[in-house]
Amino acid sequence: MSAFFTLLFRNRLAALGAVVIMAILVLVLTIPLLPLRDPDVTATADRFMRPFAEGHLLGTDHLGRDLLSRLLHGTRLSLAVGIAAALIAAAIGSAIGIVAGYFGGRTDNIVMRGVDMLMAFPYILLALAIVAALGPGLMNALIAVAAVNVPFFARNIRGITVGLAGREFIDAARLAGMGHTRIILTELLPNVLPVIVIAMSTTVGWMILETAGLSFLGLGSQPPQADLGSMLGEARSAMISHPHTSIVPGLMIFLIVMSINLLGDGVRDALDPRLRSGALSRPRATTLVKRQGGVPLATDDLLAIQDLQTEFHVGRRNLRAVDGVSLAVKPGECLGVIGESGSGKSVTALSVMGLVASPPGVITGGAVRFQGEDLIGAPYETLRQKRGDRVAYIFQDPLSTLHPLYRVGQQLAEAIQSHDDMSNAEARARAIQLLNDVRIPNAERRAEDYPHEMSGGMRQRVGIAMALANEPDVIIADEPTTALDVTVQAQILSLLDDLRRERGLAIIFITHDFGVVAQLCDRVAVMYAGRIVEEGPTRAVLDAPAHPYTKRLIACVPELGGGRRELAAIPGLPPVLDDLPPGCAFAPRCNRAEESCRQGEIPLRGQTLRAVRCLFPERAL
Amino acid sequence: MGGYILKRLISAVPVLFGITIIVFLIMSLIPGDPATAILGSYATPENVEKLNRDLGLDKPLVQRYFIWLGNMLTGDFGRSFSLNRPVIDEVLERFNATMILSGTSFVLCSIFGILAGVISAARQYGFADKAITFVVLIGISVPSFFLGMMMILLFAVHLRWLPVSGMYAIYGGGDVPDLTRHLIMPALALAAVATGVVARLSRSAMLEVLRQDFVRTARANGVPERRVIMGHALRVAMVSILPVLGIQAGFVLSGAVYIEIVFQWPGVGRMLVDAILARDLLVVQGGVVFVAACYVLFNIAVDVAQSLLDPRIKT
Repeated sequence: MSAFFTLLFRNRLAALGAVVIMAILVLVLTIPLLPLRDPDVTATADRFMRPFAEGHLLGTDHLGRDLLSRLLHGTRLSLAVGIAAALIAAAIGSAIGIVAGYFGGRTDNIVMRGVDMLMAFPYILLALAIVAALGPGLMNALIAVAAVNVPFFARNIRGITVGLAGREFIDAARLAGMGHTRIILTELLPNVLPVIVIAMSTTVGWMILETAGLSFLGLGSQPPQADLGSMLGEARSAMISHPHTSIVPGLMIFLIVMSINLLGDGVRDALDPRLRSGALSRPRATTLVKRQGGVPLATDDLLAIQDLQTEFHVGRRNLRAVDGVSLAVKPGECLGVIGESGSGKSVTALSVMGLVASPPGVITGGAVRFQGEDLIGAPYETLRQKRGDRVAYIFQDPLSTLHPLYRVGQQLAEAIQSHDDMSNAEARARAIQLLNDVRIPNAERRAEDYPHEMSGGMRQRVGIAMALANEPDVIIADEPTTALDVTVQAQILSLLDDLRRERGLAIIFITHDFGVVAQLCDRVAVMYAGRIVEEGPTRAVLDAPAHPYTKRLIACVPELGGGRRELAAIPGLPPVLDDLPPGCAFAPRCNRAEESCRQGEIPLRGQTLRAVRCLFPERAL
Repeated sequence: MGGYILKRLISAVPVLFGITIIVFLIMSLIPGDPATAILGSYATPENVEKLNRDLGLDKPLVQRYFIWLGNMLTGDFGRSFSLNRPVIDEVLERFNATMILSGTSFVLCSIFGILAGVISAARQYGFADKAITFVVLIGISVPSFFLGMMMILLFAVHLRWLPVSGMYAIYGGGDVPDLTRHLIMPALALAAVATGVVARLSRSAMLEVLRQDFVRTARANGVPERRVIMGHALRVAMVSILPVLGIQAGFVLSGAVYIEIVFQWPGVGRMLVDAILARDLLVVQGGVVFVAACYVLFNIAVDVAQSLLDPRIKT
């Protein structure tokens, strides 16, 4: 509870709203103690006095009545009526909702159909019809406003109740022989009460406004009694000659509604856990770069990732997702990057083109060089022109990575036209050609499909076609076959292999599957906790793993026809990245670890093509 | 598509019946003799007797409902005693003015609301986002009738840019430019709250969508950021914005009541308030049923637009 208030008041606007509404409440509650004039005493001689006049702080109205006194009395009436309407609507609506949700079946059906009918009306119109039938008057306006808000509560509370009614504690109460009434009152009600309170806090401002509105139309409070709405309504005829009589009550309604809105937003934000973690931030067009330290010198590789550091800044925590990774590919080469989920392999890949979601991602060091040109911190347009054109991506789950509302042909054509000034017809022809290239049968017709109309394998082919669209030099494939079944996976892999050989593509292939690496990659790098722990030619690493982690990872792969053997799962979990122990991050899970493993930096040692980050490797390189 | 529209129209029939039942039940809440209440206390005995005969007020409730419904289906909404003309004629004439006002407001709140929400999301935490959030907060908190009055004071009385009220100038008006000049203030005042609501929702819908994987794919393909936001992201966000536009249409349509009073706009809302004060209940009854029915039909149009936008919805 105190955490809730801390959150609420960290939101300065919500605090402001709370202060304003409290001040207004205190003012209207202390009316009997304040030295106010009688709000209904008329003095025609003193009519339309301006604010700050002698004895009338806010002036007087068309009958010479003191505006300050009328304002406070009117505010009290408006608040009382609005809150009463909210309470009535909440009570009746919640009762309907609980009954419908608890009993379910036909009761639920009939009641909710009725509620739906009420909701089919434009809101104010229904209130007008009720006031029309009952006749103008403050009480009738209150009833009307309460009545039109009943469906809102009924619907919300029913939803919550349906969820609760199926839970064990309700069944238990029933088995204990409790009657329906008792279950509803003692078991259900306490659980839905918080929801009712929240729903009330978000609607009470609206109801105050609505009753004021009806009074403004002359259908609510009748003279001489006045709430804020009828004050404004009466002042309207003199609005042009004496605007202050309109502005005073109008501003008060505005203040009340705004402070309640601010407070309501604050309550909602404090209760919504997604907002608490700041997860509702949208990612920027490129990853944020805050590079510390020097920039490594250029090499002659096609694409070189040099000492890359990428962090996630979440609240006060800094997660080092990628911690000094260096990788490079040459044309026609396929490099595998392997590791468990969370080892930083995808973040490494996304950092290349500045695609790490930011916030929370920040690139804090190193360089990514394409043909020698550093892309880290490059202007957006430079990156955009390379994205998809020189360096293309294939992502894991093509159902979520393809646009759900565009036809696949359209999406391909757009990828092409983003880099090539080409007519729509040409782009379309090229898109169909691409679909043919990735061996999609009936390409012409499939181009008209939406992603959800295709199978997983077909969608992944579309993803590959998209990556090929601009004949890039490098393709970064981030677990492109993980979501697919084995036969489709094999087809996709051989497709990628063919393309690489035909077109001289460089491929960085990210996976957690050594079987896939063995099939496709020339070289492999093994990542753990944001670092490369071993690298080398695929055969060498597979046949003679040097790092204990690599060895365990290979042992995890079941082998077909390999007979019965124990599958060696690696005990423990990957470490938390904001609290890495000094030394080797794998040490806590490693059976070869010694004291020295936990003390200080362990370098990646070996030749350029074969290296390991371990003090006690399985075998010397 | 045609089949889907037909299906939605058929599903609206029970809702339309429900609306007539609710209005009928509300009107039967009237205390005392219904005929006198409907016609007002100044009604002539002949009129009371005629109404009793027309509505069969001596008959049971259910029977009375069907008589009333049958009359309405043949276009007979009864006769207004205060205006001395058929209710349907009056409603149709007034509805035209209301549609011009609330239609304009609806277009304004859709365009400005979505635009503000998109800019706000794309520039999250930036100056534009904060400025828009602030203006939106004021927009949704200020009562439309008060806003309308303040606009009259500023733009009509003080600056003399626009006419104070009415739909056309009394002398020499009546053309489109004249209507436009009269329309600007009421349409803006009516659109303010709805614009705020739409902007808020569009902002959060866009933030939700911009985090999704297909946005990253579009960026990875080198699609220019403007297109990523205005094309890819907005298109998906529209799927959740559209239903809210449907709800806002209801608010704009009924919120017109206040604005029509403030700006002396000759629409249905003002007609309803006048009729309530004159206790001319047949006008209220007919007007409410007519507007509610139009709103139901509009929401079907929103559903159809939704299915055009999202191919995943089975039609």
